[in-house]
Amino acid sequence: MNKLSTKHLLGIKNLTKQDIELILATADNFKEVINRPIKKVPSLRDITIANLFFENSTRTKLSFELAEKRLSADVINFSASGSSVKKGETLIDTVNNILAMKVDMVVMRHANAGAASFLAKHVNAKIINAGDGAHEHPTQALLDAYSIKQKLGTIKGKKVAIIGDILHSRVALSNIFCLQKLGAEVLVCGPTTLIPRYICALGVKVETNLRTALEWCDVANMLRIQIERQDIKYFPSLREYTMLYGVNKSLLDSIKKEIVIMHPGPINRGVEITSDVADSKQAIILEQVENGVAVRMAVLYLLAGRN
Amino acid sequence: MNQRVILSSKQLDLTITRLCYQLIETHNDFAKSALIGLQPRGIYLAKRIEQKLNTILKDKKINCGSLDITFYRDDFRKKELIPNSTTIDFIIEDKNVILIDDVLYTGRTIRAGLDAMLAFGRPQDVELLVLIDRRLSRNVPIQAKYVGKTIDSIASEKVKVEWREIDKEDKVWIMKND
Repeated sequence: MNKLSTKHLLGIKNLTKQDIELILATADNFKEVINRPIKKVPSLRDITIANLFFENSTRTKLSFELAEKRLSADVINFSASGSSVKKGETLIDTVNNILAMKVDMVVMRHANAGAASFLAKHVNAKIINAGDGAHEHPTQALLDAYSIKQKLGTIKGKKVAIIGDILHSRVALSNIFCLQKLGAEVLVCGPTTLIPRYICALGVKVETNLRTALEWCDVANMLRIQIERQDIKYFPSLREYTMLYGVNKSLLDSIKKEIVIMHPGPINRGVEITSDVADSKQAIILEQVENGVAVRMAVLYLLAGRN
Repeated sequence: MNQRVILSSKQLDLTITRLCYQLIETHNDFAKSALIGLQPRGIYLAKRIEQKLNTILKDKKINCGSLDITFYRDDFRKKELIPNSTTIDFIIEDKNVILIDDVLYTGRTIRAGLDAMLAFGRPQDVELLVLIDRRLSRNVPIQAKYVGKTIDSIASEKVKVEWREIDKEDKVWIMKND
């Protein structure tokens, strides 16, 4: 198996186990590349990539841009604020205008679920989904899987708890698909109001007690409360949320095993996770960021290589 | 498929021994030299040469690494190219580097290898060692300094070097489709 089964990366749901393993294996090679004195390879020197961010992003945008530049691609950046989107241009029109400037690949983040799939059907370029609403964020799931594999040696048979705002999280959904395909067990934990009603249908365990979840898992992936997506109140106060679902050092120390702590960022210190936990040895949050560049290089490389 | 052996296991061993002594003539004790095998199949030849030099030079430490050139190839997108690992755990700055590959054919792999190597520093000089030189098929102006065996072959023929580490035994074949 030496090529991806898909032309676009729209979500983890449409990837096979072999695709994911190929991406993770290729990421290993790129991790070696980005630790060289000269961190750049010429593979994509004739490719132009447009980064279209219709929604705010720090890590993902920088990470994609860096990955593209490390592969020698030409990069153009676009963010919705300050663009003609504000004047009422449609998504297809915006993208087709950008493609008319001879762009080969599009990396897109959009506030609406399905935006990347929609684009893949209507425009002639390779599309990479960098997050679409509360649907999927495939490269985050891939880099999370890569980081777990790097830390624990394998993913198969490991127990991963995803804790926090599951309802509004694209990271949660992509992680569930990815980890299950690689043979891990997944549990989601959070207040009942922030857990989608039919999530059990995906074959994940549901737990509302944080301590029980932590005692069960090998890895805890902490998610941020996405206040900006919450149209109504899902819990009485942030303070109460922190008391019930915030991970702190004394809670972690009271559990008899060492759990790996992950966070996709941005962290709300003192809400879902305290500073002493985020900066502890158990946390691999900054490793996740480093691995993100390698994994995104692998995705861009493998997709660009597809005819 | 018409195929015949052009180097047997015994001949291959003799050839490698000869190449080692040629290398020693230029590089003495290898203090400022480094062997770099090209992935995927040049690494076996590099390892073999390292082992033999170790025997001849009585366990002198020799720098030996492997270099993957996938990201530097000029035929990306003509076919899917899956990378191998690169291991160069020494500094190549100011070293005399010997690039090692099994077969020299169009020369494009070596061209990519030169590019890939420069990401690790600026060597003092670079030489090329190959086991088989298919001298009539070059696309770029690249020649080897050390050659195991030179053969005249045409494009429809294929040369395959087998190593006991991954194949059954050491052997070099030339194959031709009927």
